[in-house]
Amino acid sequence: MSAPGSRSARARWLPLIVFGAILSLLAAGVWLSRDPDRNALPSPLIGKPAPAFVLPVLGEPERLVSGDDLRGAPYLLNVWGSWCPGCREEHAVIEAFARTQRLPVIGFNWKDEPEDATRWLAQFGNPYALVLADYDGRAAIDWGIYGAPETFLVDGDGIIVWKHVGPMTDDVVGGQLLPRLDRLGTR
Amino acid sequence: MIRALLLAILIGLAWPPDARAQATGDATPLHFESASEERRFHRMVAELRCVMCQNQSLADSNAQIAQDLRREVLELMRQGMDDTAIKSHLVARYGAFVLYRPQVGPATWLLWFGPLVLLGAGGVVIWRVVASRRPDRPLPPDDTETW
Repeated sequence: MSAPGSRSARARWLPLIVFGAILSLLAAGVWLSRDPDRNALPSPLIGKPAPAFVLPVLGEPERLVSGDDLRGAPYLLNVWGSWCPGCREEHAVIEAFARTQRLPVIGFNWKDEPEDATRWLAQFGNPYALVLADYDGRAAIDWGIYGAPETFLVDGDGIIVWKHVGPMTDDVVGGQLLPRLDRLGTR
Repeated sequence: MIRALLLAILIGLAWPPDARAQATGDATPLHFESASEERRFHRMVAELRCVMCQNQSLADSNAQIAQDLRREVLELMRQGMDDTAIKSHLVARYGAFVLYRPQVGPATWLLWFGPLVLLGAGGVVIWRVVASRRPDRPLPPDDTETW
């Protein structure tokens, strides 16, 4: 009780300071949640080799393609299903990108009936160089796939360099995918 | 009328439209070989998070991916993997997010010990307030008190 005046002044400001601290904490929370992709999980597979898999080609159940068959050149792996509304939403973007022929776009048909998938491609167009069919979803777990659409960029050494969760948009292609392709040195 | 409208709004809030979707499909129930396997399985999936719904455990979720992951957990158990190996198998694919009980490490020290630090800080504040209010000298005995 040496300086009661200064002490009570401090005590008077204390609630306001605490209030201000809580307010800035809440404001920071609101600010951090502005990202529409905030629920997308960061994939631990970025920078790691793409998982090994052997999957049949859609419509040709006896033709099996393995991860090693795809090694050697970069490719885009697009996870989709005929049951997935977001896949229809992004389909025009995927088609436009595939038309540029920067690199092959490989479809990963996830937990889909082959007839439904084939009909979907006939109806909306098939931008894929190849469509792999993961009927029971076992290979998808190795890729860390948890909801379609998802899109992976795999480089020529078979390393996953980028992943996008949710529908692809022109902004995602222009702002994220193309710069990475430039770094990979594709045309 | 208004009640129906309110109900519709509530239902709309509860299931917001989501561009990301899941396959609908078989909900083949899992079969357990023994009661101990079933107990172990239920303990495991309660500690793993559904990656799609994110606020439910694998045990609680009806999402298709949760069913697939439950099947995967059971298969890994039957391959003889222990609980830690199964968890790190899933963490390697989906990230530490799948663990409902995060590992203790430098990245999660604040999460694990932050509340203790806050409790300690609160204790220090209370101790100082109490100490500052304590009279310097003991109260003189008061002979007028009757009780």
